[in-house]
Formats: sequence, structure tokens, C-alpha cells
Amino acid sequence: MTDIKEMVIVSGKGGTGKTSIAAALTSLFKDKVIADCDVDAANLHIIITPEEVVSQKEFIGGKKARINLDRCIQCNVCRDVCRYDAISEKFVVDPVSCEGCGACYYLCPAKAIDFTPQLAGYCYICRTPLNESFVFAELLPGEENSGKLVAEVRNEAREEAKKRDTGLILIDGPPGIGCPVISSLTGVNFALIVTEPTPTGVHDLKRICDLINHFKIKAAVVVNKSDINPDYVEEIKRYCENEGLTYLGEIPYDSKITEAQKNMTTILDFAPDSEASRAIKEIHKKIQKILEDV
Amino acid sequence: MYALSAEHEHPISRAFHVMNRNVLIAQPQWLGRDKMDDMRIAFASGKGGTGKTTVAVNLAYFLAYSKQQVQYLDCDVEEPNGHIFLKPHIEEMTPAQVMMPVIDKDKCTACGECVSHCQFNALVLILKDVLIFPELCHGCGLCARICPTGAIKEGKRVIGSVEQGKAFLNIDFVHGILNVGEPMAGPLIQQVKHNYKEGYIQIIDAPPGTSCPVVKTIVDADCVVMVTEPTPFALHDLKIAVSVAQTLNKPIGVVINRENGEFKPLMDYLSKNRLPILATIPEDKNIARQYSEGNIIIERLPQYIDNFMELAINIKKLLEIKQFR
Repeated sequence: MTDIKEMVIVSGKGGTGKTSIAAALTSLFKDKVIADCDVDAANLHIIITPEEVVSQKEFIGGKKARINLDRCIQCNVCRDVCRYDAISEKFVVDPVSCEGCGACYYLCPAKAIDFTPQLAGYCYICRTPLNESFVFAELLPGEENSGKLVAEVRNEAREEAKKRDTGLILIDGPPGIGCPVISSLTGVNFALIVTEPTPTGVHDLKRICDLINHFKIKAAVVVNKSDINPDYVEEIKRYCENEGLTYLGEIPYDSKITEAQKNMTTILDFAPDSEASRAIKEIHKKIQKILEDV
Repeated sequence: MYALSAEHEHPISRAFHVMNRNVLIAQPQWLGRDKMDDMRIAFASGKGGTGKTTVAVNLAYFLAYSKQQVQYLDCDVEEPNGHIFLKPHIEEMTPAQVMMPVIDKDKCTACGECVSHCQFNALVLILKDVLIFPELCHGCGLCARICPTGAIKEGKRVIGSVEQGKAFLNIDFVHGILNVGEPMAGPLIQQVKHNYKEGYIQIIDAPPGTSCPVVKTIVDADCVVMVTEPTPFALHDLKIAVSVAQTLNKPIGVVINRENGEFKPLMDYLSKNRLPILATIPEDKNIARQYSEGNIIIERLPQYIDNFMELAINIKKLLEIKQFR
């Protein structure tokens, strides 16, 4: 059986081009499973349109409390124990504020509280037009537990990789450094960081790198929209050198990337000879080498 | 989309005179009165990188220049960026703490009650020891309450910090910085919001996405401004973000950033859902350049002042419409 390697694309800052680059890389890597772990704002399926949904799984998040007013004796215990101000004076639980800790449920002397698991989203296992496996998810708007859903997407992707004997799982990650990002990073073999040469891009790059170092994951950096500000490109290079991060190269700003997105295709299919496409192909070769070694 | 009103051919057709070199002079009565009412305006988007922070800091700057008292709160605690543009002088730093259990091993009988009650898997029984995973703990205090031998007390744990100070034009500035490796932004967002000041217009910068940190950020806002761009990704995520704000019953308006010709799917969506466009900002390399140098756009490119004045007026209209409902 093939050894499965997992590679995730992250950025810290949103909108640096993670998904556009992920989509382009999917057309360069052969023999892989694709996973979109940006579960509250999944976009990869807009480009890699699934041909067929093989299975749709319900994602059960945490539990939520609901007070049964017929049984409620209005003793106020629930309101006293709730740390999230989720219970109103009229003993109605606000599902948005309820974190599902169960304190009210366990401590209610009248046993007036229901505490049931809630549907929080869906996980989809699909086939792409090239008959590859593609796993993505949709968290219901405003839900919690995005990290748990990310873990579920990754589990399904691993199952697919095992079943189909593929050697690589290519993961499009979420922005930020919180719960879903941590869940996307744990245990991967390699993280590709897509940044941009702006003060915000660099600021957020440093924070995501700290997080990646915390998990001791091999990582490399790509600067997207590299011609916006050359000074910051230099700063990013210096930063990579100091931190021992591999600097993979630059992708120039190219309005064709946006046009490709509007045409729901990858830049490589839309404008194969564009500067951006050529840059991505170079970066792909370097990633392949890195993946051989991790 | 329906027009909020054509009235913003307002009497003060230009609230600002552009003096030589980037110096703006505001007429304080640009909205017809000296001081605007307090309001909380949250900026969200769904997709990251659409320009939330850019729009939020420029509006804060515009309002402050119009002699309004402005407070800017950065609730994107995972990757706070507002300070890069507003360059505040930080006067106070408070560690953000959350509750977590502390187990007295002498009293613990390893009965497993705490482990079985914890909904977040933050407690695990290994051999005869209860182990705590602090990052998973939501600080609900249930374990301490139900421990039959009273072996659990609650302690505190630092997950980040809240910094506050003054930015230029006397903008009151607050942001939260989540410690790297901490998964939970929610409690820190709440602590940022403990700093709301009365008598200020609050500009609240939300994180990207559509899950619980966004809900926690916009839940007490008077209205939500969705900053989007004319691309399929942004539109897809905008729809989810709008449904989050609708669930919370918030008035919603949209700012189209990097506009370059009509993107029909976005226009169709907005008109079908009766979402007003509050302002449009065109795609412009000069804006990108100013952004990449950490500058306030309207300070360097005064031709865009009108866009932010329009935004301010339309936000006010959006809130008035809400009052009539």
C-alpha cells in the first residue's frame, strides 16, 4: 500500500490566493485526493465541480440545551450556572449563545432541560470529472465546531486515499490561526503558506509560521501577487531565511487568475502560458521534490 | 437592489475640501447635525481578503475626520490587522483570561464523573489520573460543580491579550490578540467588546468565515456591512455570511470592493434578496499600492472620500429604515 502524504495550503490572512493556487495544483498533481478544509467558506468546489456526489454525511456538532417550560419550576439554577448568558429571564435558551456545555441540563433540579445533538453541517465525498476523490464540507451558517468538521473531512479524505491507493492528500485550508486551522495542520507532512507582499500579509505570515513551528511541520512559502510591493517580497525572503523556511518563489499579480475564477476553471486551464501559470508550474516542481523527502 | 434614497445628492455635496497635499478639512455638519447617534457597525464578508479591514479603517478615519467620536474594535483576534493602518499608541495591555479546572490530586478519586460530563473532551482519565487539555476547555465550570469529592477548583489561564490606546484623530482603538496555538477566539472576542465606550460610533472588524467567531462579533451590532468583491468565491461566501446576519435579524448592507465592470451573479443575488449597496470601491492599483504601504486610502487618495461619505450616509439610512420597520 502507498504511503499517504498530506499537504495543506494555509495563509493566515484571508484572500491571499490559497484556493486559486490549490485549484491550480490539483491539475498538476496526479494520483491524489483533494480535500477542502475551509468548512465555513468552502470555495474549491466552485472550480473543481464535482461530477458526482458519492455520499453526503450529516455532521452532528455539539449538543444544545432547550428548556421544557411545562416542567420548569423557575428556580433560576440554570441561569446561575450558565456562563454564556444564554438563558433569558423567561427561561428560553438562545441557541446562538449556548455553547452546549450541559451545565444547565445536569444541574436542573426539575429535569426540565432537553440536551440533544444538533445537525451542524454536511460532509460530501465526490468524484471529480477526472474520477478523483474530492471531499469537502459545509458548516451550517453560524455553527460551532468547525475544527471537528475539519477533522471529519480529513478522516474521510484518508479513507478515500486508502481505498483508492493514492499517495497524496491535497488540502485547501482555512484562513486564520484558530480552531479549524489547527485542525487542518495537525499531522500533515507539509504546509504550503501562500502570502502576499503587504504589511498585513507579512504580519499574518509570521503568526501562521509560529503556529506551524509549534507543530514542527515542514513548511514553505509562496508570495502571490508578488509585484504589489517588492520591498515586502524582500522582507518575506529575509524572514524565510531567518526562520529556516523554504522560499519557493513568486506568482505575479495576474488579472487572469480572477478571470479564470469567473469562468470556474483553474488558471492553468484558462491561461496556460500566462506568467502566473508558468510560476505555478515551477513551484509545483519544487513541492514535488519536498514531498519526496518528507 | 433598491436604492436607499436618492437623497445623498446631499446639501453638502462635498463634506471635505481637498487642500494641498493630503490635508483634508471636514465640515462637522456633514450629516445635518453635529453628532451622529451612537451606533455599532460590524464589518464582515465570509471570504477573507475582500477588504473588510480596509473599508472599516477608512470609514473610521472618515468619521473621525468629520468630528465624530469613533471607536475601532478589531475582533479578528486570530489575525488582527487594523493597527497596521490606524497605528495606535497602545496605552494599556490586559491579559485575556478564561476559566479552567485545577484538580486537587489528593481529593480526586478518579471516579470519572468530570470526564463523562465534559462535552468538550477537555478531561481524560488515564490510569488513575485526570488529565486536562486546556485548549479544549470552554470554561463552563460544570466539572467543578459536579465533582463528588470537591477535588476540582477553577483557575485562570491566559489565551491572549486585549490592547487599547489612541490612534490618530483620537480614534479609540481596541484589539485582541489570540496567542498562537490557542484554538478558541470566542472568549477573547467577548473581552475585546467589554471595552465598548458610550458616546462613540463603534466600528467592529469581524474575522473571515461564517462560523461562531463571526456570530460572536456581530451579535450585538446595530447593522452589518458585508464587504464583498465581484468574484464567484466572494459571492458564495457572502451568501452564507448574509444568512448568518439574517438569522440574527441584523440590517445588512453591502460594499462592493474592487469593482471592475458588472458581475451579474452578484447583482442578481443582491436585487433578489433586496440587499442595498452602500458603496462601491473600484479596482485600482493605486489603492492596492497604498494598502501595501499600510496607508489610509482616503488620506492619500482623496478622490475616494466621496465613496466613504456615501457609505456613512447609507449606513445611517439603513439604520433609519430599520427603525421604521
